[in-house]
Amino acid sequence: MARITLTVDGEQVTDDVEPRTLLVHYLREHLGKTGTVIGCDTSNCGACTVHLDGRSVKSCNVLAVQADGHEVTTIEGLARGGELHPVQEAFRECHGLQCGFCTPGMIMQSIDLLAENPSPTEDEVRHGLEGNLCRCTGYHNIVRSVLHAAGGAQ
Amino acid sequence: MTVTEERGAAAAGEKAEIGRARRRKEDQRLITGRTRWTDNLVLPGMLHLAMVRSPFAHARIASIDTDAARSAPNVVGVFTAADLAELQGVLINAWPITPDQKAPTHTPIATERATFAGEVVAVVAARSAAAARDAAELVDVDYEELPAALDLKEAAADTVLAHPDLGTNKSAYWVFDSAQAGTGGDVEEAIAAARADGIVIEREYRQQRLIPAFMEPRSVLCDPTGEQLTLWTSTQVPHIVRFALAATTGMPESKIRVVAPDVGGGFGGKLQTTPEEWITVAVARHLGRPAKYTETRSESLVAGHHGRDQWQTLTLAATKDGRVTGLKVELLADLGSHVSLVGGGVPVLGAFMFNAIYKFPAYHFAVQTVLTNKTWTDAYRGAGRPEATFAIERLMDELATELGVDPLEVRERNWITHEEFPFTSVCGLEYDSGNYEAATAKAREMFGYDELRAEQARRREAGDPVQLGIGVSTFTEMCGLAPSRVLGSLDYGAGGWEHASVRMLPTGTVEVVVGVSPHGQGHETAFSQIVADRLGVPFEAVEILHGDTQVSPRGLDTYGSRSLVVGGEAVVKAADKVVEKARVVAAHLLEASADDLEFRDGRFTVRGTDQGMALTEVASAVFAAHDMPEGVEPSLDSDATYDPENFSFPHGTHLCAMEVDTETGAVKMRKYVACDDVGNIINPLIVEGQVHGGLVQGIAQALWEEAVHDDAGTLVSGSFVDYLLPTAADTISFDVDHTTSPATSNSLGTKGVGEAGTIASTPAVVNAVVDAVRHLGVNDVRMPCTPERVWRAIQDARAAQEPTEPAAMPHFDADEPGRSSTEGAGA
Repeated sequence: MARITLTVDGEQVTDDVEPRTLLVHYLREHLGKTGTVIGCDTSNCGACTVHLDGRSVKSCNVLAVQADGHEVTTIEGLARGGELHPVQEAFRECHGLQCGFCTPGMIMQSIDLLAENPSPTEDEVRHGLEGNLCRCTGYHNIVRSVLHAAGGAQ
Repeated sequence: MTVTEERGAAAAGEKAEIGRARRRKEDQRLITGRTRWTDNLVLPGMLHLAMVRSPFAHARIASIDTDAARSAPNVVGVFTAADLAELQGVLINAWPITPDQKAPTHTPIATERATFAGEVVAVVAARSAAAARDAAELVDVDYEELPAALDLKEAAADTVLAHPDLGTNKSAYWVFDSAQAGTGGDVEEAIAAARADGIVIEREYRQQRLIPAFMEPRSVLCDPTGEQLTLWTSTQVPHIVRFALAATTGMPESKIRVVAPDVGGGFGGKLQTTPEEWITVAVARHLGRPAKYTETRSESLVAGHHGRDQWQTLTLAATKDGRVTGLKVELLADLGSHVSLVGGGVPVLGAFMFNAIYKFPAYHFAVQTVLTNKTWTDAYRGAGRPEATFAIERLMDELATELGVDPLEVRERNWITHEEFPFTSVCGLEYDSGNYEAATAKAREMFGYDELRAEQARRREAGDPVQLGIGVSTFTEMCGLAPSRVLGSLDYGAGGWEHASVRMLPTGTVEVVVGVSPHGQGHETAFSQIVADRLGVPFEAVEILHGDTQVSPRGLDTYGSRSLVVGGEAVVKAADKVVEKARVVAAHLLEASADDLEFRDGRFTVRGTDQGMALTEVASAVFAAHDMPEGVEPSLDSDATYDPENFSFPHGTHLCAMEVDTETGAVKMRKYVACDDVGNIINPLIVEGQVHGGLVQGIAQALWEEAVHDDAGTLVSGSFVDYLLPTAADTISFDVDHTTSPATSNSLGTKGVGEAGTIASTPAVVNAVVDAVRHLGVNDVRMPCTPERVWRAIQDARAAQEPTEPAAMPHFDADEPGRSSTEGAGA
């Protein structure tokens, strides 16, 4: 077992974990952060995307011990004081989700994309979300959501 | 956006909710991660299960050594079929399509033989998921490999038997013939006449095997604690699961509660009663402890049911001027290793749709369902109808080529005109409403059809290496499953009704219970809009409950684009009953005759006076029950069970422009227009979302997806690395709009929309790809149209046009080295 201390959604946590524990399993099973979900086993789908020190990572691709001493933000840590994050709001406004399973990862990746490129073109949004799979929306309204959040389009 | 023309009786002008692009009620929890997926649930003492799966497509299970696994850390039990015996129950086929259908007994855990690579042969229960998976690796199964029936055509010839004890792979042969049914003429006569003096188009098309690939892997949690057994499961069909569990395990139905909590997509893939559900129940009951199983994605792709997988042999007869006279359809359909829940019924659902929107005087359909040693197939978005639409829309393009006319023109010569509705098809179905001319005209304008045709001509003339193709799909489909009498006539094991309850709560809100069970469709929003209009209450005052057999005891769940057109109609009828019950009480309280009361905007008013009271006031008065009319019970609660009188027939015109690089075979979508007619629209935002998602699933069949097996029967496209789901970078934004022909078969005038995009888009894309290279001699590219296949089709066509080479049919590439009917270049 390895002892790790990190900040998750603004709260400091300390736990003993098996060294092989993936960050996503740590979040879900140890912390009950079930807003972050697992959609595949090959790091293709991006459903488990969270922020590690402000940058998006697929949490199935990071060991919990690698997050030791770092700051993790999940979908559950975005809304502050009951106020939705603008990207969350944009997904609702533009119907950027249906079943909602890919949505946490999509939103976390979209925030990272916009942090890097605040005024992306449609093409840049599409390429920026290439690592996140959705089976419901055909991506049409997800792309609109991100552009809407960027203030660039409806 | 189209605004509805006909609204509920209680709806009024600007207050109407129906037709508004309401943002979804469901979204708050989904965008904040406060979700309840089955795998999120944890119970005290809960065990985790891991499945041991056969690596062989067909093998005798000689022995299973579980000793090492049993003694692994934190393992509580390891079970084989023999260990669980009768406790594991059996999986049912609800639709034996013929009385003599052959269906092997389907136990959740394989007994003597493993019949596909991925079938469960043992299960491990442990204190953690990781411990269960580690121990599953230690189960030592001694297999004696058997010859496997893999190729569909070879299996149909009984070359190798998937189930030797059955003596054949042929499960059922199902026929519809318009001459026999008295709904049309004799197709052989029509074909003979066309051969003598007309046009005959003969083609063989392949519907490749697909994987539904919902984003949430299936998960199931069973709690046998206490008096009742509770099963949380990621399913589209909680009511069917409860019925089948009771019917096959001997547990009383009233002791079983099935809950579908948040469910992350289904697309037909969760319209199933699964081995994993049955096994989880059996282990939990056996150990007397809660048990959970969540599949990995790799397990999901190999063990969740697959879809499509047909060979289609098609003969279309027409007159010399391009009027269709007959259509003959002969299908081989791969069932996989068992006849699953709907199984052979999937091709039958397509049987009535090959004739599509066209006035065929004669029609013959036959399907041979075939058992193989592959994952079983069942419903996948569209279920039978995408296959039918693909075939006919490809054939209409071939007919247009034969005639040398525009593909839209040949369709117009043959389609049902808007004056001809209601129209009885050659299959005997009554299409209630539609306007193919209007949808086509609008799509044509949105697309800029003439300009793109002109560009295509310019590029051809210039010999541009990147050619432009335009694909057409003027589809219809039958959905809103389904009138029970029709299901009965087709030997389906259940009805097609739906149930709803509407309860007026004393605080002025409305609680609605529905039998349909959503997994992304937005039922909570759309049904709230309907009830708000019907009862004249605020949208926010309506709560929709669903997906739990204890809360919603009656229902037949969600599939076949039935939730709105069948479930929504049940909601309307229950709401109307509430109004009628309230009318009696309101009349009493207002000291008026019930006949003199008008109900509008949520208020009863006495005609010709200013007296009145709100429905919510009546509800409060009924709750208090201080002053009820004589003999009237103090409740406004109402139930309705609605059995649809007809199917729903959405239609539309889809136009697709594809660019094809003739040097590399690479294809690129340039533009896609969908003009659908889904009748009146409750929520345009949700309808558009359904169309977008449906389109991409259909486009993905055309361009990317295929379940590929190797020669040993191993699924090689068994992960998201190899099974090519499209990404945002592969797709484009779509131009979507609507025309409106209200359905006459339900009071809201709505038609189903869940499957329409998927049904329509596949042939539009393939028609466009073929159209881009047809001048090079190509008349088909097998799906998925990968760059390699497109490039080969071009090369083969060029080779065929060399004067020294004999004429070839580039379509018939089944004998191509290194390929069987079930495999290909992948993607």
